[in-house]
Amino acid sequence: MRLRTTLAASAAALTLGTGAAWADPVTVGLITTLSGGGAGIGTDIRDGFQLALTMAGGDAIHLVVEDDGQRPEQAVQIADRMIQSERADILTGIIFSNLAMAVVPSVVAQDVFYVSPNAGPSPLAGAGCNPLYFNAAWQNDMLHEASGAYAGANGMVNTFILAPNYPAGTDALTGFKRRYTGTVAGEIYTQLGQTDYAAEIAQIRASGADSVFIFLPGGMGISFMRQYAQSGVGIPVISTAFTVGQDNLPAMGDAALSVINSGQWAPDTDNDANRAFVTAFRAAYGRTPSIYASQSYDTANLILSAVAAADVEDRDAFRAALRAADFTSVRGDFAFGNNQHPIQDVYMRQVVMADGEITNRTLGLAIEDYQDVYAAQCAME
Amino acid sequence: MTLALIFEQMLNGVQFGLMLFLMSAGLTLVFGVMGLINLAHGSLYMLGAFFCAAGAAATGNFWLGLVAGTAAAAAAGALIEVSVIRRLYTRDHLDQVLATFALILILSEGTKMVFGPFPLYLNVPPILSGTVDLGLTPYSVYRLALIGFGLAVALGLWLLIGKTRLGIRIRAGENDREMIAALGVNIRALYTLVFALGAALAGLAGALVGAVQSVQVGMGEPVLILAFVVIVIGGIGSIKGAMVGALIVGVIDTMGRFLLPRIFASFMEASDASGLGAALASMLIYVVMALVLILRPKGLFPAHA
Amino acid sequence: MRDIHKETVVNLALGLGLLLVPLWALWADQPFTITLATRIAILALAGVGLNLILGFGGMVSFGHAVFFGVGGYVAGILSQHATSGVPVLGLPGSNQMLVIWPVAMLVAGLLAAAIGALSLRTEGIFFIMITLAFAQMVYYFAISWPAYGGEDGLPLVLRNRFPGLNTMRPWHLFVVAWGVLMVVLGLMAALRASRFGAALMAIRQNPERAAAVGINPYGVKLVAFVISGMVTGLAGALMADLSRFASPAMMAWTMSGELIVIIILGGTGRLFGPLAGAAILVGFEVTFGGMTEHWKLWLGLVLLAVVLFARGGLIGALAGRARHG
Repeated sequence: MRLRTTLAASAAALTLGTGAAWADPVTVGLITTLSGGGAGIGTDIRDGFQLALTMAGGDAIHLVVEDDGQRPEQAVQIADRMIQSERADILTGIIFSNLAMAVVPSVVAQDVFYVSPNAGPSPLAGAGCNPLYFNAAWQNDMLHEASGAYAGANGMVNTFILAPNYPAGTDALTGFKRRYTGTVAGEIYTQLGQTDYAAEIAQIRASGADSVFIFLPGGMGISFMRQYAQSGVGIPVISTAFTVGQDNLPAMGDAALSVINSGQWAPDTDNDANRAFVTAFRAAYGRTPSIYASQSYDTANLILSAVAAADVEDRDAFRAALRAADFTSVRGDFAFGNNQHPIQDVYMRQVVMADGEITNRTLGLAIEDYQDVYAAQCAME
Repeated sequence: MTLALIFEQMLNGVQFGLMLFLMSAGLTLVFGVMGLINLAHGSLYMLGAFFCAAGAAATGNFWLGLVAGTAAAAAAGALIEVSVIRRLYTRDHLDQVLATFALILILSEGTKMVFGPFPLYLNVPPILSGTVDLGLTPYSVYRLALIGFGLAVALGLWLLIGKTRLGIRIRAGENDREMIAALGVNIRALYTLVFALGAALAGLAGALVGAVQSVQVGMGEPVLILAFVVIVIGGIGSIKGAMVGALIVGVIDTMGRFLLPRIFASFMEASDASGLGAALASMLIYVVMALVLILRPKGLFPAHA
Repeated sequence: MRDIHKETVVNLALGLGLLLVPLWALWADQPFTITLATRIAILALAGVGLNLILGFGGMVSFGHAVFFGVGGYVAGILSQHATSGVPVLGLPGSNQMLVIWPVAMLVAGLLAAAIGALSLRTEGIFFIMITLAFAQMVYYFAISWPAYGGEDGLPLVLRNRFPGLNTMRPWHLFVVAWGVLMVVLGLMAALRASRFGAALMAIRQNPERAAAVGINPYGVKLVAFVISGMVTGLAGALMADLSRFASPAMMAWTMSGELIVIIILGGTGRLFGPLAGAAILVGFEVTFGGMTEHWKLWLGLVLLAVVLFARGGLIGALAGRARHG
């Protein structure tokens, strides 16, 4: 299979009138994780992006896809090749914060746009913000803050919190505590990639907590939830879409039922754009999209809207077109703040069994029109 | 910190150790008999988990899945032995490391091509789900069952090697390859059988663990490195060493994760203590391994003393 | 004699080829090709370090990525402190490569002395595993140590400087990397031809006899291990400047595996083997990585074929049997 698929798309109605000024397709490089444990998320990122291009039709974008193997220097090398050799104007696709931290500064230094469909590390949202860097997903802390706010407001007063021992993990627990009003029953950092959680679950049992908050993305979450279900510790689990998203739920099965988690989107988010997206995604790939696919789909539509409005060679005009965010997000309202990260609503969702499929159902709004706390440190207007 | 919690953590450590033993037994057996370092042992563990998940999904029965996973790993092991591994017995460790490193790449990518990039569903069988009251604390039935499996496999291996004709040949093969060939034993078939047995043990471990962990591509590598730590501590080639090493690693790792953050919390802020404690806990078993090798360069129970 | 001559020709071709391809790319305005050549030169340098103990000394270190990563962190940390003006351990930071390189080699060398002193008490598979264990220790420490980014790693805002050159330009950075590689290769050739090199190879072939003629195997191996760690650390410092990033991934166990792969692909124990191997590996990644998402499967198959059927690696195939067993 040739991966360097040329997928073409455009917002045809808009470009027809403006003529041949940017007749050449804009090259977009999508670097994501397609091998190893993160391959499921990367597949959703790639498929969501391609779906948006296919649905838009036309040939305004030439898409180049490549696997980063979840290795920072590999990702940097691919980014360099896409910029220097394939003359990409926009890069996107990276899932993991540590890869984004390696790639983004180097990309924007070469005068190329980067639009993040997933990672939102705090340095890039605060003092390290950059005119060429956009985030179409969230700042890393945002969903955890929503979970903290929800837990405090819903009678959880003694929560045990748990995350892997790496920057995104400390961000998660810091984010949760920022808006949580109860007391922390215990705080554990686990090893990144840990597979056995017996020792942690025993401490949760002994702590007398009334609830447990976890940030364990990917396989770590699957392992934890399966073991937790077998442990007999009955206190409710609260989490975020990263742990109990559609990429993980089929593997978790009943073990994940009734877990409350935050997300700016859910498969049942109530708007026309989302219904069209979920239907088309299911038809094209035979599975329900995850939050990652929704973010990547939004990223593609954001880029398409800017390509239709401005010439990418004119960096200032194109940047203004991106900042306008003149597209219909499947999550509902969407606007960029001064640091070019979203200002958005975050919802609480619950894992349910619906029509024979395990999925998330929206419970309600957790925080509204929320901007991340790092925006204040960003010098951009 | 109560007595019940310490008891539960000790039990967790023993259970983790026995799971590591399942994984390490095959690795150390293959090294002991054929002198082969097999990095792809983790990939066979992964195959066991994937075929168990697929088998359980197809039949609706965990136990059939367990058989399927073990059998698939054994078959894959036999196939790999005949096509690749056989050529490596006379090579040095460097070639063995490289060739089996290549096998990891091939098997991981191949598994992703066949089963797709998403983790698979596999659940604990109903009869082993839930908890049982041990007096001091409730405990997962499945984890107790894993302890049982680990002990049963240890007993089975002890009987196999100590009491059967096959075991006599294996022991003879460890000591003197030329001699056993001269006695008319088909050494090639014996090696294929031993490798398949090691693979089956890895597959069984993967299938059993897969029910409480994520069945995904790449699941074999972290546990492979742990298994190497186990057999290096225990003495490579020694089943007894693997058992002792596995229990040491299991208990030290669990107790380290449990106690180190608490120790630091007694004199520093809770968040920082948790982070620092976790960082040191993740290094702990490697420190233990280095200490053992410094004091006993061939491990605790050297197989070829 | 003909074989030796042939290997010299192959070596010359490799060294010059690595210079000529980026020269062409400079003319053709293909900056990425220059970046790739730089990466090949740096990975080759890391391989040259490992080749000293693995190829010439027969010690299979499965944890050499730790020196690569430590070198990278030295470059990243010194550069960060130079930018912020905050001293590190009471000394000022620096963004000068000529300052960073000796520090990277010193730190990597000290670490290698500690790891080597303990690891060299073992041999065979135990040596393989204990070097892996030490690397894993440092790897987990780097992931969870927040001061310099933890798993997120440590970005270098600007590349470190080299007098008279603008290292932000691909060609200039390439010249630096190529120059370092050639100097180190020259030193390695001299080292191999020296009494020390002879002692090292004698120990690999027959430790008892070497000891009988008055060589101290432990001492010689330890010195080789330290030099090896220093060279790989230097390569790590350069790599951090190329990717403008230092991260724990530089010391992951798969990176250690990759360094071994580089040596095997090129030809174990050949002076220029790591260069040939790095060129093959990087070329393979770039060619197949863009063509198929299953490129790792093909890499595995090629690697397996080389180990099973082409034991001399590329240089073995081109230049025939090695001089040294």
